[in-house]
Amino acid sequence: MHMADALLTPEVGGTMWLVSGAAVAVASRAVRRSADSRQVPLMGVLGAFVFAAQMINVSIPGTGSSGHFAGGLLLAILLGPHPAFLTIASVLVVQALFFADGGLLALGANIFNMGFVACYLVYPLIYRPLAGVEASGFRRRAVTWLAAILALQLGALGVVLETTASGIAELPFTAFLAAMQPIHLAIGIVEGLITVAVVEFVARAEPGLVDPAARQTGRRVLAPLAIAAALISGALSWFASADPDGLEWSIARLTGEAEIAVPENAAHRAAAELQGRAALLPDYAFPGADEAAEPGWSTPNAGTTVSGLVGGTLTLLLAVAIGWALRLRRNRLSAWPR
Amino acid sequence: MSHHRVVVEAVRFAYPDGTWALDGVSFELGHGESVAVIGANGAGKSTLLLHLNGILTADSGRIVVGDLPVAHGTLTHLRRTVGTVFQDPDDQLFMPTVFDDVAFGPLNLGMPEADCRARVRDCLERVGAWHLRDRPPHRLSGGEKRRVAVAAVLAMSPDILLLDEPSTGLDPRGRRQVIELLRGFAHTKLVVTHDLDLVLELCPRTIVLHEGRVAADGPSRTLLGDAALLERCGLEVPVAARPCPRCGFAPGLAEG
Amino acid sequence: MNGGGHSLLDLGTLDRLGQGDSAIHRIDARAKLAVTLAFVLCVVSFDKHAVGDLLPFATFPIVLLAVSGVPVRFVLRRLAIVAPFAVLVGVFNPLLDREVVASVAGIGISGGWLSFVSILVRFALTIGALLILVATTPVPALGRAALRMGAPRVFVTQLLSLYRYLFLLAEESRRTLTAYRLRVPHDRPPSWRAFAAILGQLLLRAVARARRIHEAMLCRGFDGEWRLIATPRMSGRDWLFAVGWLGFFAVLRLVFPAHALGLLLVGG
Repeated sequence: MHMADALLTPEVGGTMWLVSGAAVAVASRAVRRSADSRQVPLMGVLGAFVFAAQMINVSIPGTGSSGHFAGGLLLAILLGPHPAFLTIASVLVVQALFFADGGLLALGANIFNMGFVACYLVYPLIYRPLAGVEASGFRRRAVTWLAAILALQLGALGVVLETTASGIAELPFTAFLAAMQPIHLAIGIVEGLITVAVVEFVARAEPGLVDPAARQTGRRVLAPLAIAAALISGALSWFASADPDGLEWSIARLTGEAEIAVPENAAHRAAAELQGRAALLPDYAFPGADEAAEPGWSTPNAGTTVSGLVGGTLTLLLAVAIGWALRLRRNRLSAWPR
Repeated sequence: MSHHRVVVEAVRFAYPDGTWALDGVSFELGHGESVAVIGANGAGKSTLLLHLNGILTADSGRIVVGDLPVAHGTLTHLRRTVGTVFQDPDDQLFMPTVFDDVAFGPLNLGMPEADCRARVRDCLERVGAWHLRDRPPHRLSGGEKRRVAVAAVLAMSPDILLLDEPSTGLDPRGRRQVIELLRGFAHTKLVVTHDLDLVLELCPRTIVLHEGRVAADGPSRTLLGDAALLERCGLEVPVAARPCPRCGFAPGLAEG
Repeated sequence: MNGGGHSLLDLGTLDRLGQGDSAIHRIDARAKLAVTLAFVLCVVSFDKHAVGDLLPFATFPIVLLAVSGVPVRFVLRRLAIVAPFAVLVGVFNPLLDREVVASVAGIGISGGWLSFVSILVRFALTIGALLILVATTPVPALGRAALRMGAPRVFVTQLLSLYRYLFLLAEESRRTLTAYRLRVPHDRPPSWRAFAAILGQLLLRAVARARRIHEAMLCRGFDGEWRLIATPRMSGRDWLFAVGWLGFFAVLRLVFPAHALGLLLVGG
């Protein structure tokens, strides 16, 4: 469920970057202050462990498909929220770099959806208070399982919200939600079972590894949450004041898009198509007419669209030609005896 | 001359489950000596090594490195004096590039950057690995990893080298290079190993550990030819010390 | 879901490419990172229906590909592997937005098709640029660049130690999975039970390794602070690279040369 650059606007992607960046800064300070030098190699190796675990597919029963292990909650249980958040964030950065999962702009959103949610929402607010301090028992297992499911559900919700708020994809909120949540429920159930089983396994072999954070005070864990809430609401109100229609439009998308999504009837479509074909030579407009890139997208101007397409294709061809020439030159140079 | 010596006196150490890993171990290393510690798995070799670099603390007994006893307050000094080359170079090379890894120790000692660069270059050149400086450790061969690990330890300019299984996992050529490399060092050396042929080449003296105690301590040529002793300690006579199957000539006994 | 293409082979290929040598490889990582970030921001800041205005941006990845010698086929294959999510979400645009906004040679183009193509172009440009960045820059250099550009030291430490042990643990998990496969009759992915057992083993081994690494770190004077030797200053060529590309992006973003060219040819 990696968010992609192509589906994000700079406003949404930038806000998520700010939130995740601030959380990384807070977590880094907290880890540095804890001054346990054992954490440094442990976080590094456990990050590599999660990465390695994600390279193995696991079958999702009942669906015939397979998924990957997210591991956010497991790390929070093993390391405590701050180190776990940094570890997950580092895994996502490396995935973005090596597997092109998501992209650079989407990194903020991905760190939020898969790291922040598990470590700073689900772990301190759901898992910690409900699981209790005693080391085993049915309640603890059930809470771990539900918390893992919840973390994945909220993460998927994050993807839907970010996509819809960006509005690059036309997919209506409700339809997207209806697709994402059940898929991630199935994955979450398996993720939860695995998390429970691994925690049990580790607790049996090395009890000291599980829940080291249970003995610490939980207050500072709420700091990233408060900062995130402040940043997101700040960004929302800033965009709202800069472009009131934009926010209204976003909210309209979130609530009422389903009705607009009803397919048009065939007659209407045919008429529209005819009209489109009839306009053989649309007026050309001058460049810069549709510069406004606010969330309330303007309807594209037909003239600029066509001239832009033609010009863009030409420049693309030109770029390819330049690249080809450069590559030829490079190959000739490297073939030359030195 | 006395400050590169190591004294181990009646050291005992039990693991949390109560088994005695070291049960009264005593020996002395003189300045510039090269000594092998051999023994079956679980004989206490690695535990002994972890005591000499201060990772583990003895339950009783005394260890003196140089002129200072190993204690909590002397650990910084100890880690400058004693360099440990661990068994798995992947555990030891934890920095993203070879250069950064060799620079890690000197930087921790507070060495200025310019001196540190020079030191890194010097150490990498001594092990013949300067050309590998920008490589990440996972792009090195086994032998290269081992040589870089040695360089990283040399960069701390220790007086005493502890080597844990320096030849495991290496192909014959890599093993040969490491042996030649170690032979060139004048440091006081303690080598923990299963590679008894390496012992014959590198260490004139051998300490045999068995169930947490010193079973024998003497010239390698003599001890490694003693089939009964080695058998009792879960080892066997190395090929190089076996009598020639044709003529019956026994190299170990000839020199011992 | 990650697209399923997480193979050790690809990981190794990209890493090896990053260790290569070319005019692009030799540019300071800070310059490359800053230019790539600016590139991504420029591309995603266009109107959702923009296609023509985006195409000239392809100059950046194409030139970098050509000069660096990174195989084009590798980048295209990688793009194809991660494409499904963006494509799946975007493919509804043509169905939902049918308003005809332009016509070329008598065929009407709807806003939905335009925005769908725009998503594909954005995707190819942003991810392509990122892949090329990694294929021309060693990760340790990227980490240093991030550190110099203000990323928290603890986080950069974490990133670089993750990178250090990635290949080792990936190989370990591959071996464990092979051992599992050799003992099951079918060729399906492991059930959650088997997976949890595999994971538990891997985890305990990872923790033991972390402990040994910590011992090795202590032996070399580790006190909790991770120190790196500073990177050299950016050279004139690095600055030229950064300023040149940033200027080029600014021109593309503000002047829309594609329009001008198109007007000249079509509407002139």
